[in-house]
Amino acid sequence: MSSATPAPLPEDVADKAVAEAGGDADLQTGRPKRKTKSAAGNAARAVTSPWASIFAIFMALAWTTPTFGLFVTSFRKQEDIQTSGWWKSFASPFTLDNYKQVLQGAEGQPPLADFFVNSFVIVIPAVLLPLLLAALAAYAFAWIDFPFRSSLFVAVFALQIVPLQIALLPLVTMFQNMGVKSWPGGNYWSLWLAHSAFALPLAVYLLHNFMKEIPASLLEAARVDGAGHVRIFFQVLLPLIAPALASFGIFQFLWVWNDLLVAMTMLGGSPEKAPLTMILNTISGTLGNRWYLLSAAAFISIALPVAVFLSLQRYFVRGLLAGGTKG
Amino acid sequence: MATVKFDNATRIYPGNDVPSVDKLNIDIEDGEFLVLVGPSGCGKSTSLRMLAGLEEVNGGKIWIGDRDVTNLSPKDRDVAMVFQNYALYPHMSVADNMGFALKIAGTDKAEIRKRVEEAAKILDLEQYLERKPKALSGGQRQRVAMGRAIVRSPQVFLMDEPLSNLDAKLRVQTRTQIASLQRRLGVTTVYVTHDQVEAMTMGDRVAVLKDGLLQQCDTPRRMYDHPNNVFVAGFIGSPAMNLLNVPVTEGGARFGSGLLPISREDLSRAGNEITVGVRPEDVDITSEGDGLPLTVEVVEELGADAYVYGTPASDKAKDPTAPVEKPFVVRTDGRRPPMKGETIYVKPKEGHLHVFNMETGERIGD
Repeated sequence: MSSATPAPLPEDVADKAVAEAGGDADLQTGRPKRKTKSAAGNAARAVTSPWASIFAIFMALAWTTPTFGLFVTSFRKQEDIQTSGWWKSFASPFTLDNYKQVLQGAEGQPPLADFFVNSFVIVIPAVLLPLLLAALAAYAFAWIDFPFRSSLFVAVFALQIVPLQIALLPLVTMFQNMGVKSWPGGNYWSLWLAHSAFALPLAVYLLHNFMKEIPASLLEAARVDGAGHVRIFFQVLLPLIAPALASFGIFQFLWVWNDLLVAMTMLGGSPEKAPLTMILNTISGTLGNRWYLLSAAAFISIALPVAVFLSLQRYFVRGLLAGGTKG
Repeated sequence: MATVKFDNATRIYPGNDVPSVDKLNIDIEDGEFLVLVGPSGCGKSTSLRMLAGLEEVNGGKIWIGDRDVTNLSPKDRDVAMVFQNYALYPHMSVADNMGFALKIAGTDKAEIRKRVEEAAKILDLEQYLERKPKALSGGQRQRVAMGRAIVRSPQVFLMDEPLSNLDAKLRVQTRTQIASLQRRLGVTTVYVTHDQVEAMTMGDRVAVLKDGLLQQCDTPRRMYDHPNNVFVAGFIGSPAMNLLNVPVTEGGARFGSGLLPISREDLSRAGNEITVGVRPEDVDITSEGDGLPLTVEVVEELGADAYVYGTPASDKAKDPTAPVEKPFVVRTDGRRPPMKGETIYVKPKEGHLHVFNMETGERIGD
């Protein structure tokens, strides 16, 4: 799971390279650099210096090398993995056996492919539910005037302080008392609800700020055109906050996909519903005798988040509001 | 199409003691073009937003036709509004922007398409229908905003400074277009602006507001020739009317060395001093010693005319430390303007004098 974290890093490097190119362009055009004394200005200058770039590249290499090593390892034979490091692997032939074993299963080891579906079943409602609820709440907080609006908003955001580890066990008891197990969808409901609850404070805050950015006259124009709250929300606001929905969606997706703790707590009694992460946890066998399979399994599990990230990236567009209003 | 009636309409913003719009009473005829004008913060936009339903009405009533719309939501009022910043939906094409209201109203697609195309033809937007607003110029966006209003054929058009984001040349052009379009469509229109030239050129009638209070509501001509008080007198007209406080004497008011004849009846309604107003074009330059002496400070030559800015010379002589008064403006023949530094003598033309009570600012006499 930890292998998933370095994945976005090459992006950071690219960003910095772009920033650097911008800085050079300034020098080339000979435009006098403004001597801003602001902290932001200082920081911007600090990261555009060549030393900072070298440092950034070094950091990026340091972060990605282990992931690359893991990737190479996943194609090596069991005895190679157990006897030598991945950097010596170019002498011996590569194999797809590890992937085959992981996907098809072995004795005492269920096939990983089956649990992809479980992860999907968990992750899709656990992303869509908080997105919808948070967008609705954010709309109310941003554009509907009701008593105690600002104190309620602060209260919602303050919930962010509660660590989920503290809330977990009370939640389990609560779901048991509610009899969630007998609902259609069964135990998944406890996961969906728990993930939504933990995601909501940040989501509400983020989407609220985004909605507040939309010019009030746009909503007024819609009201004069005859739109009510529902229509304004779905036809005017939602399309305009697509970038915020996409970025929060990605975060929530990665979080739920990589989650082990909440899934273990909520699904402890029903291993057939377990997500990928729980299987990853057990794949090396009870005695750790199949640990050479871990790298292949890890790469299978991060393939999907990478695909999701790349496909949602096109929604990160700036200037979606351009042209609607002036002044 | 309908009449509009503000009946003692009042708006007090929460946390304010002073109303932003105070007991506004205006009757707008069917098909009339009414312009609300005034300095910023005078309550003109608030009045418009009250009519649109975007602002609560705290007192009084608002009528559209014979319907009391005071407590109706915007969508039930059948009004269309053009915003200062256009407020186009950035994610929709021009056609969708214009047809949005009809779509909400449940009009069928072919009908929407037809009406959007008609409006686009009127506004010369036909080739832009599939574009997004960000691919349009400022003037085109403004026309789309107009189109969005036209397509609905509402009972009332509301326009909130729709020209203020255009450059000067385009503003003059669009001004004429909007006015002629309104005459052609015959839809009752309420138009808000801070620009008195816009107000005078576009409106059938002009309503001047100040501090939430209606000062005067008249035709542009009447507003210019017969301002009801000092504020309207100074606000309407460019360059502004000359306003001077002068002492009252037997048979009239002293104006420099001369005497302005004012009827005894009118004088009886004033104190020891009155405010007289005279427009720059209503001033004659007379021979030396006759009328008010002015020291010429600036001469603006505009070709046909010249505007002469001078300060009353006598005041300075009396008390050199006195604060400089607003310059007195005189329009003269552009071919033979007086020279800078010269002293000239001026007198108002007969019958073009406006007299106001100095304390209340109200007009005295006709």
